[in-house]
Amino acid sequence: MSTDSNPITTEAEEKKEEVYEAEHVHKVYDIIAPHFSATRYKPWPIVERFLREMPAGSVGLDVGCGNGKYLGVNPSLFMIGTDRSRGLASIANHEFKHEAHVADALDLPHPPGRFDFAISIAVIHHFSSPERRVQAVRSILATLRTDKENPGRALIYVWALEQKNSRRGWDENSPQDVFVPWVLQKGNKSKQPKEKSQKQAKNLVETEVKATASPSGDSAQTRAACEPEEEKKEAEPNPVYNRYYHLYKQGELGADAVEAGGKVIEAGYEKDNHWAIIIPA
Amino acid sequence: MKLLTANFITCSVKSCQSVTPALSFRDAELAREEIDFSPLFLRNILPRIDWPLLQRTAKELGFPALPETKPELSPIAEGDEEGVGSEEEQKLLKELHSLLLETSVQSGKLVCANCGHEYPISQGIANFLLPNHLV
Ligand SMILES: C[S@@+](CC[C@H](N)C(=O)[O-])C[C@H]1O[C@@H](n2cnc3c(N)ncnc32)[C@H](O)[C@@H]1O
Ligand SMILES: [Zn+2]
Repeated sequence: MSTDSNPITTEAEEKKEEVYEAEHVHKVYDIIAPHFSATRYKPWPIVERFLREMPAGSVGLDVGCGNGKYLGVNPSLFMIGTDRSRGLASIANHEFKHEAHVADALDLPHPPGRFDFAISIAVIHHFSSPERRVQAVRSILATLRTDKENPGRALIYVWALEQKNSRRGWDENSPQDVFVPWVLQKGNKSKQPKEKSQKQAKNLVETEVKATASPSGDSAQTRAACEPEEEKKEAEPNPVYNRYYHLYKQGELGADAVEAGGKVIEAGYEKDNHWAIIIPA
Repeated sequence: MKLLTANFITCSVKSCQSVTPALSFRDAELAREEIDFSPLFLRNILPRIDWPLLQRTAKELGFPALPETKPELSPIAEGDEEGVGSEEEQKLLKELHSLLLETSVQSGKLVCANCGHEYPISQGIANFLLPNHLV
């Protein structure tokens, strides 16, 4: 899709995608915020390592910080989180005492070129067009220091299409634009779930979803297990909310990074996710 | 929003981001919360501070004037693992700690000098989402 040849269509399309994401991403996170937060407390190892290796006094951003679980991993850093969901930013701020504010990843409220690092973990897969996903990477890269010797670095994580061994079982031939259900566990809102046990794993709620995901109308049918893994107690069915995801193919994040004017210095696959460390090229 | 954070914030409208400083506080209500003092953290963070912007923010919010230029600290002595430094430096670092980390804006707005947009702050959280016509 060309971006500048037909500004009118492009604008209309941008608008359509924004409206779509508002309905299928932002609204959902605001509704599930307390429950979602209760399941997000363990840092992922590569993210933790990235943050721990930053020199003391480095200043960085967490774009789409959710409940802010990464903002305090290394107390010798100064980190500012932003998230599109007021509910989650407010949990990060009030419950966990972090600096978290409300902003869209495409319109970050930060001076360009000022930050030593940025992370964006499981966020940009919620943008519903290729242009917006590239734009998200560009927007994150713009905040980083550009000095040639020691440029700022961004660690970006996205959900992978290739996850044959996950309980979702997707592989490289599965549809990339999908709805993933969140089963809201009622009456269990702010408690941290117990560590998974065999018994609990068996109680997984599995849902069949027929999703017309992606605003361009690509239809995708996907079978997905719900997160989080918690015991289901109530007899009454828990409400299910579908979130839109774009699942990244191997190499796709790197290609987006290059298109966004970045350079990948390290990349990998970890637990159903693709990740990359990107510097401004 | 802590004052340290405000030092790393600007208008979310792309075309305003080359304007410095773009944002100023209006109708700000401040809060103070005591937090642990770490001289080392402040020493490490000081080089990253935009001093003219901090001076301006402090003035806007009614704090006494800051030094004309960013203070230069002497390297910490051997064995001074916490970066305490001389008595004079200690005092300065405490003041910075109080201003940057213990003071926050609880409500009010940030107003852009370039595009005029006002970003509301409530319960300590600023909202930088843009209305459609500014995107
Ligand atoms: C799967 S959660 C990940 C949260 C956190 N990074 C973590 O690792 O726990 C996705 C987050 O992205 C946020 N998000 C979605 N679209 C966004 C956008 N356009 N701008 C900023 N944040 C967004 C959601 O509100 C949600 O907090
Ligand atoms: Zn502006």
